[in-house]
Amino acid sequence: MGRFHRHPDGTTHEYDDDHDDGHHGDHRGYAVTGTSRVAVLEDIFSENDRVADENRKCFADAGVRTVNLMSSPGAGKTSLLTRTLGELAGTMRIGILEGDIATSIDADRLEGFGAAVALVNTSAGFGGECHLDAVMVRSGLARLPLAELDLLVIENVGNLVCPAEFNVGEHAKAMVYAVTEGEEKPLKYPVMFRAVDAVVVNKIDLLPHLDFDLDLFLANLHAVNPTARVIQASARTGAGVGEWCEWLTGQAAAL
Amino acid sequence: MHELSLCEAIAATVTRHAGERTASCVVVRIGHLRQVVPDALSFCWTMLTEGTDLEGCELEIEQVPAVIRCAGCGAETTLDVALMVCPECSGDDVTLLSGEEFLVASLDLSEA
Repeated sequence: MGRFHRHPDGTTHEYDDDHDDGHHGDHRGYAVTGTSRVAVLEDIFSENDRVADENRKCFADAGVRTVNLMSSPGAGKTSLLTRTLGELAGTMRIGILEGDIATSIDADRLEGFGAAVALVNTSAGFGGECHLDAVMVRSGLARLPLAELDLLVIENVGNLVCPAEFNVGEHAKAMVYAVTEGEEKPLKYPVMFRAVDAVVVNKIDLLPHLDFDLDLFLANLHAVNPTARVIQASARTGAGVGEWCEWLTGQAAAL
Repeated sequence: MHELSLCEAIAATVTRHAGERTASCVVVRIGHLRQVVPDALSFCWTMLTEGTDLEGCELEIEQVPAVIRCAGCGAETTLDVALMVCPECSGDDVTLLSGEEFLVASLDLSEA
């Protein structure tokens, strides 16, 4: 097991040792200081996961199912959602928790479709968080009429890296991927592509204009996530949106 | 990309376990499938702990390789890329044995 080690002067090195008893072949000098090594073995996400469990209980009490929707910036989450709200109008009650680093632009786009929309801007803290975590989601829940909803979609911050690491108490994870992003993205961002239950392959109306190799993308996706449900769609033309809505309806019905 | 948030979580765990004692070193165990850059984590740790009770507490990062086992042929493979495919038989019925760890493993504590 390689260890990465930084000295106070900023230099670093890696070293290996075969001991797992806390006595490493280095220079920390246990004998003279009376220092003892204490095993902790606690998940770094334990606090986030504790709040995620509270959120999940909130959803269960209210009888609402929750989908965490993620993508890179500009892949088409909000466009897909406006289509989705139009398609599902009158069939179920939908809430959207909109996560963005700044502005209410996306939340404003989602108004007027009969859904309850709450915005969480993540820029309140230090420079703007690149993801929604369980605490941020909890802060937005108070502004949604959860008990009146069948389905809550959490539109995460556009980012292919960080949102995949944080459970927020959702029942399912889905992502929107646009064919303009290139075939290799599942290999470059495997944590995101592995984390999700469904992948909407968006902007397929652009395929005739691109050199995009759809089969290669699907093979790459299958290599990192063999079980993901794949839905080819275009939020612009509406193609495939029905299939996506069926998947979402299935999530809401799974309660 | 969120190393500062992670350091806040690590610091909270260290503070809770240390109590009245002084922590001189915290060992975190991080799987290769976690999107953590060790240098960035160390940098954020130094920045975050400066001027706090944890100033001077060393952050040691144990990196755990990603290993899969194939249900078809039984081969165990250490991954360089996160492909859930057995390189021996091309089977995709594989189980991840390690690589997703994300733990505060241990602390070096001394009486204050």
